[in-house]
Amino acid sequence: MSDVVEIRELEVTFATDGGDVVAVDKVSLSVTAGEVLAIVGESGSGKTVTAKAILGLLPETAVTRGAIVLNGTDIVGLTGARLRAIRGVDVAMVFQEPSLALNPVYTVGWQIAEGLRAHGTSTRREARARAIDMLGRVGIPEPEKRVDYYPHQFSGGQKQRVVIAMALVLDPELIVADEPTTALDVTVQAEILDLLRRCRDEFGTAIILITHNMGIVADLADRVAVMYQGTIVEDGAAVDLFARAQHPYTQKLLAAVPRLGAGAARAVARAKERSATSSAPVVSAHDLRIEYPGRIGVKPFVAVDGVSFTISPGEVLGLVGESGSGKTTIGRAIGGLTRITGGSLEVFGHEMLGVKERSFRPARNQIGFVFQDPASSFNPLLTIAECVAEPLIVHGRAADPRAARPRVNDLLEAVQLPRAYGDRFPHELSGGQRQRASLARSLALEPSLLIADEPTSALDVSVQARVLELFAELQKEFGFAALFISHDLAVVDMLADRIAVMYQGKLVEEGTGAQVLGNPRDPYTQRLLASLPVPDPAEQAVRRERLRSLREADHP
Amino acid sequence: MVTSIPTVAPRGTTWWRKLPVVHQLRQSVGLQRGMLVTGLVITGFFIVVALFAAVIAPYGFNELRNAEGLFGSQQPPSAQHLLGTTAGGYDVLSRVIWGTQTAFEVIIVALLLSFFVGVFLGLVSGYIGGWLDRVLIVIADAVYAFPSLLLAIVAAIVISGGQSSLWGGVFAAAISITAVFIPQYFRVIRAETIRIKAEPYVESAKVIGASNGRIMFRHVLRNATRTLPLIVTLNSSEAILTLAGLGFLGFGIEPTSAAEWGYDLNKSVSDVTSGIWWTSVFPGLAIVLVVLGVTLVGESLNDLADPRLRTRRKADVAPSTTAESSVVPDGSLDEVAHIDELET
Repeated sequence: MSDVVEIRELEVTFATDGGDVVAVDKVSLSVTAGEVLAIVGESGSGKTVTAKAILGLLPETAVTRGAIVLNGTDIVGLTGARLRAIRGVDVAMVFQEPSLALNPVYTVGWQIAEGLRAHGTSTRREARARAIDMLGRVGIPEPEKRVDYYPHQFSGGQKQRVVIAMALVLDPELIVADEPTTALDVTVQAEILDLLRRCRDEFGTAIILITHNMGIVADLADRVAVMYQGTIVEDGAAVDLFARAQHPYTQKLLAAVPRLGAGAARAVARAKERSATSSAPVVSAHDLRIEYPGRIGVKPFVAVDGVSFTISPGEVLGLVGESGSGKTTIGRAIGGLTRITGGSLEVFGHEMLGVKERSFRPARNQIGFVFQDPASSFNPLLTIAECVAEPLIVHGRAADPRAARPRVNDLLEAVQLPRAYGDRFPHELSGGQRQRASLARSLALEPSLLIADEPTSALDVSVQARVLELFAELQKEFGFAALFISHDLAVVDMLADRIAVMYQGKLVEEGTGAQVLGNPRDPYTQRLLASLPVPDPAEQAVRRERLRSLREADHP
Repeated sequence: MVTSIPTVAPRGTTWWRKLPVVHQLRQSVGLQRGMLVTGLVITGFFIVVALFAAVIAPYGFNELRNAEGLFGSQQPPSAQHLLGTTAGGYDVLSRVIWGTQTAFEVIIVALLLSFFVGVFLGLVSGYIGGWLDRVLIVIADAVYAFPSLLLAIVAAIVISGGQSSLWGGVFAAAISITAVFIPQYFRVIRAETIRIKAEPYVESAKVIGASNGRIMFRHVLRNATRTLPLIVTLNSSEAILTLAGLGFLGFGIEPTSAAEWGYDLNKSVSDVTSGIWWTSVFPGLAIVLVVLGVTLVGESLNDLADPRLRTRRKADVAPSTTAESSVVPDGSLDEVAHIDELET
């Protein structure tokens, strides 16, 4: 088959405050019609820049060299009207965040027809008919009615379907999808991946899929290109790559992906150790209810509804759920950041219902907190050492950062950061290093309970593996109890003794890793488990079928 | 690999390179650099003139005569009086030079007063919120609603009460300007505080049990002050205009206590129709130039502070090798593998 796009020796250089940065270095790729090429890489590997170069979307500070031949036209150096004529018709884009890619003040029908208007090919009536047709084909129910809806009337997954409809409306030969499911929940992700597969099969569209998730690659891609520091280190058929990765970086990347079922054996061993020392739980919740007050005349939003659980000393409870399930709210309530509105939540013997900040403050030195985004959880104007020393100073264990320094050095060593990093500022550290510093800060007071709110979701997969390993080591060494909150079942499985699954504010299932993952009873847990793509094309195909049958069982 | 993120000045660079204006000057290129340099040169020139007014000015600001007798009023420019004399018989050049000093005195006093009060109120109001915040916002809005010059006039009358000493006049002008400026600092700092209050690093200070005072002054305040250099420069030019406006309307400083451009402009109004140009042109020019200089500095600081507006040098066409060390913001496998070797 002929190549839809051929990239030869592409080089992209950005001018930044700190000098020129080569983001893409001599990349050569080609995609044939009806093929899905996945470009995989970690942040900063140049995969998004490569994708944007195909549409000529790079900012003015970028200099592009090489050739991108799209249907016989080299688009490097094209500007203005000639570039616009290619966009949409020959190549279209699906963006990462569907809520940002849609304009909130126009109806989705108008936005889908915008591409038709831009290329002046149809009348208003035709455009509307085409928009309705497209909405139906991407799986939006009642397209005749919903063509006049505004973006906020759709859910996240439906919005992404609309974005895909916008990309498909001019029947392009190539779609560039930049992390199309990263912003979506895992059950919705499976549906969008199905839709992209249908785009390829029904429309014959070639797809360049940019992703960092090996599971998605295994699910969808025909061919894979692995990017690292601006170059392609490996390029081959997906089946071969997963079975026999050649380049050491690819091997490491695949090994770093957390796999389901890896943690069960460890949890059993740990449970045996712990059963000898059973004592009062550090956290116990009974019928816990947390509401966020609405505006006048609007009912309060119930984030957590009738949840009961306990965390024993030294135990790791993994809390899993999709966005909006209330898992973060529970973590914040235990940390005293969110007030609870009903039921009972006891933390170290303090009842959190109507607790006063003053009376709870003494208990705070027993609680460590690790936040989701390591980039913003450090005061940007303090050095790492000053940030880590902060809890010691606040609780009077040290007079000033200088006096706390020996202890800070020990802590940095415990999280495997060089001591000298203490003198750096947060932005001078990489994401993984910052998250390790964040662990060091949370452990400064040797807490008996650590609350980790999605501590690795902002990190690359290889860095995530390292941080999770460190977390497990530290937990063994210090023996703290932990509430580990995550949307990723595989990550929770690696660390947790028990797993609790939340869905729409309710706790739907709780048990050991073996119980919840091996034999899930709740239909939601079953669906969640089946939606998680695994980095193995053959196994993923089997799982996909199981998910389909599950879904058909749900909606007969 | 030791990550060195390129935007950070390497350790050991001299401290003055990190100062607000110096840092931006080094960062700028092209037109933006031109604007900034022009502004800095004009402002610097007037600051030097203000500092050495006593040396530069040929006569005192309130001298009407020298050894040879009275200067005479409305004398055209000559060897004795390079820019002529005013209707009141003062030397125009000396008045303009001494006026620079008054202008900067007023700017400094006005900015100091409004800066500290405004920043403190904004911080407390934004962080604590509740009824205190609402009351302060209502007051700030009420002050906004008044025409600022009218407010300054009222304040000037209340404060000076007819006095006309140098510092009495300067303070009257400065405090009346302060009344207009406090709400601006208040608003900016309050908005920043409310934004920063929701940042995870403030929450992380909260969960370790830090007191409100500590969070406010150690974690919020320093992060909220980033836009202040910009507002300070823009407000300086506004302060000069307000002072000149007060002087022009007759609420400023008497000619016997200090030289003031607005007052001189006021007295030269009748000269304009009779062809005596030198009494009005030079004080007017001084006002325009100082405001232009300070505004240029402020505007270019504004552009440089915003990465989207900041222009950079074009990337070199020749391939460069910087990518190895700088393109991996989240670290890499190699880095993790070698981390133990970095242990010092």
